[in-house]
Amino acid sequence: MLLNMKGFDFFPHDLNIDFMRVKGICFAASIVAIIASIGLFLTLGLNYGIDFKGGALIEVKTKAGPADLGDLRQRLGGLGLGSPQVQTFGAPDDVLIRIEEQPGGEAAQQAVIAKVQGALGDTVEYRRTEVVGPAVSSELRETGAIAVACSILAIIAYVWFRFEWQFAIGGTLALVHDVALTVGLFSLLQLEFDLPIVAALLTILGYSINDTVVVSDRIRENLRKYKKMPLAEVLNRSINETLSRTILTGGTTLIALIALLIFGGEVIRNFTLAMIWGVLVGTYSSIFVAAPVLDYLGVKRDWSGGNRAKGEGVAAGKA
Amino acid sequence: MLQFERWKIWTISLLCALGLVYAAPNVMPQSWREALPSWWPKETVNLGLDLRGGSYLLLRADVDGLKDTWLKNLEADVRKLLRAEKIGYSALGRAGGGVRVRLLKPEDKDRALTALKTLVEQVGGSVFTGQVSYNLSITEESDGSILVSPTEAALTERVRSGMTALIETVRRRIDQLGTKEPLVQRQGFDRIVVQVPGFDDPKQLKDVLDKTAKLSFHEVDLSMTPSEARERGVPPGSRIYPSTDGTGDYLLKENEVVAGDELVDAQPSFDGQTSEPVVSFRFNTSGARKFGKFTQEHVDLPFAIVLDDKVISAPRIISPILGGSGQITGHFTVESANNLAILLRSGALPTSLTIEEERTVGATLGSDSIEAGRIAALIGTLAVIFFMILAYGTFGLFASLALIVNGILLFGIMTAMQSALTLPGIAGLVLTLGMAVDANVLVFERIREELRAGKTAIRAIESGFSRAIVTIVDSQLTTLFAGIIMFWLGSGPIRGFAVTLSIGIFTTIFTAVTVTRLIIAVWLRWANKRQRHIVVPI
Repeated sequence: MLLNMKGFDFFPHDLNIDFMRVKGICFAASIVAIIASIGLFLTLGLNYGIDFKGGALIEVKTKAGPADLGDLRQRLGGLGLGSPQVQTFGAPDDVLIRIEEQPGGEAAQQAVIAKVQGALGDTVEYRRTEVVGPAVSSELRETGAIAVACSILAIIAYVWFRFEWQFAIGGTLALVHDVALTVGLFSLLQLEFDLPIVAALLTILGYSINDTVVVSDRIRENLRKYKKMPLAEVLNRSINETLSRTILTGGTTLIALIALLIFGGEVIRNFTLAMIWGVLVGTYSSIFVAAPVLDYLGVKRDWSGGNRAKGEGVAAGKA
Repeated sequence: MLQFERWKIWTISLLCALGLVYAAPNVMPQSWREALPSWWPKETVNLGLDLRGGSYLLLRADVDGLKDTWLKNLEADVRKLLRAEKIGYSALGRAGGGVRVRLLKPEDKDRALTALKTLVEQVGGSVFTGQVSYNLSITEESDGSILVSPTEAALTERVRSGMTALIETVRRRIDQLGTKEPLVQRQGFDRIVVQVPGFDDPKQLKDVLDKTAKLSFHEVDLSMTPSEARERGVPPGSRIYPSTDGTGDYLLKENEVVAGDELVDAQPSFDGQTSEPVVSFRFNTSGARKFGKFTQEHVDLPFAIVLDDKVISAPRIISPILGGSGQITGHFTVESANNLAILLRSGALPTSLTIEEERTVGATLGSDSIEAGRIAALIGTLAVIFFMILAYGTFGLFASLALIVNGILLFGIMTAMQSALTLPGIAGLVLTLGMAVDANVLVFERIREELRAGKTAIRAIESGFSRAIVTIVDSQLTTLFAGIIMFWLGSGPIRGFAVTLSIGIFTTIFTAVTVTRLIIAVWLRWANKRQRHIVVPI
């Protein structure tokens, strides 16, 4: 019995949703969302963590029951370290203290921890202390930006190499869309943006282009199969044919991520959140951003004859 | 596609078994691990600092300080040489990236140049070009003065050897803390990374690292008090030193009697009479001789113990100290006496260090994170397996088997490579398992399509695999790009994430394509025997 179970087919396969009919609205919505995200980034800005801003972060667990945040704030406020940010972290007795970068170079940052420990003494257990000086934080800002840019470039180069240039443009726009919307979400909710979030961004890029590549593969296959079919119809057909895969893969990835979000602890919560959001926008963008771009740009249809394009030989036997 | 030669089956099974062998010790209790046969690798996965707790420090060495010290020594050498040759000079000092001397009499120039040339050494050259490089260049300037300056090659060499010595000293100091497997590594041009697992007292770590610990013993200049010296000018050869506790200043002779590098041992102990914590030390033979001679000549007079240009204490010499050992008193606590002993034992740093980044995770947060990661990974995997079986039935079960093999292989490789597993790394693991089934989904959806198109079971399965594989490689490669860039970008936890993600790509392609196909091939053989028309359970 175990060896002859039939699976439950989630998707009716004669499905033919007319994605291209709503492409105008969706495309416009995506552009608006990108612009809004950039706007948020420019006005609200990002709530940078100490990785990028420098400063100190101390996680403590109070020994006597739930933490009294007011009391902690008062004790830390008098240290002359600016206004420390004090908030609970996952549990009522778990407190995260953030202290902005102090004037006076590297040594001044190091003094912060000693001062805080002096003020809190033995009333708390020190779970985590992190201090990032000005030199390191400015380097991390730089490498973070370079990493995102390099990833996008590497992926574009790859897609361009594997497909026609129209696909590369569609893919690029989808990536820009995903990065912009993730940054926008972090700006809107003022979630802490630090190095792990950049790692999440890079993973999102990989995931999103993965989706786009699968759809593009199918589009190219169908372009060859249905030479006379209007482009919009080919795109629709391809998206519909890959839809069950798109949603199933997105589903399993989301299941794994939600398990992480619920059980993975407070430390990687924002990281997981970024990833979940990224899977959602990444899935959306491969259907509603990358494919419509092809429709707008048009794509070479003549795959036969003497003009054997570079794509054809490579494309044979493609899923 | 579905024909597997015998050797292929063996190779695949062997690889999986190998993964299991490496991964297994991770889930075994200690006693089992010890009972394993000797050929069995017993390492468990190398947990990152964020999981096992510990301290990470990024230090920057003061490279200019290294050059500065060298120039200071060069200046002393030049002065000594000219004095020995009895050549008068009107000015001698550091200038223009070197040491500049202006001679009193121009006719001494040739003699001076000959003398200074003895300082020039060859510092290596190229075998290929036949070019030889020297440590110093000596030039006569237009105004008649002589400039002795280090060459670029020599400076680079100095910085290189200085950094090596620095790292050695840092390593010695950290080893003295008695921690397990500390890691000290040079990073980039002038940085040092220090990782001390299981050590969550960054304060003590910093205390033993942020001091140069240059110890010296000086004669106290009793010709006037420090305040008189400040008013009337410091006598030549003397200098005012502050005390470590800020209670007062001392006027000391600048030339040291003995320096800390002549110490052979230093230990924390207690003073016999006051039971105050002190640091006992012992000199080597030449240090003992110098110290003995000095104390003999200065009985009843004070001498000063100076650490990093600050006076720790200035005790009176009660009787000559001829045995070469003594003790430093100076209002120590047990901890500070211990720290000073560590510093003295491991020697002075060739230059000072600045702490630029510090991350410490306590052991409890680490174990909490491991627990959270374990639960999340378990639940995530089970949920994905459930979903796959629901969606693809028996083939979903096969995919789940492959998924478990994937997890075992990934863990086995991480263990064998001993690359650090971090909390984001666990997230990478869970994410890999979630995305790994993508390859199966691609294949299975394709099989369904082929079946709907009216193909027979075997043909549908065959073309499902062959047509999906290019897409699978394509899509995994893009994630690999991201992983590689992340590895380059990140440190510590992020690097752990990148490593897990990248290894996961290879294990995923192997298990989701090869292993699943093997399982399905075996199933087909079984189904062939039992059914006339094979119905694909998908």
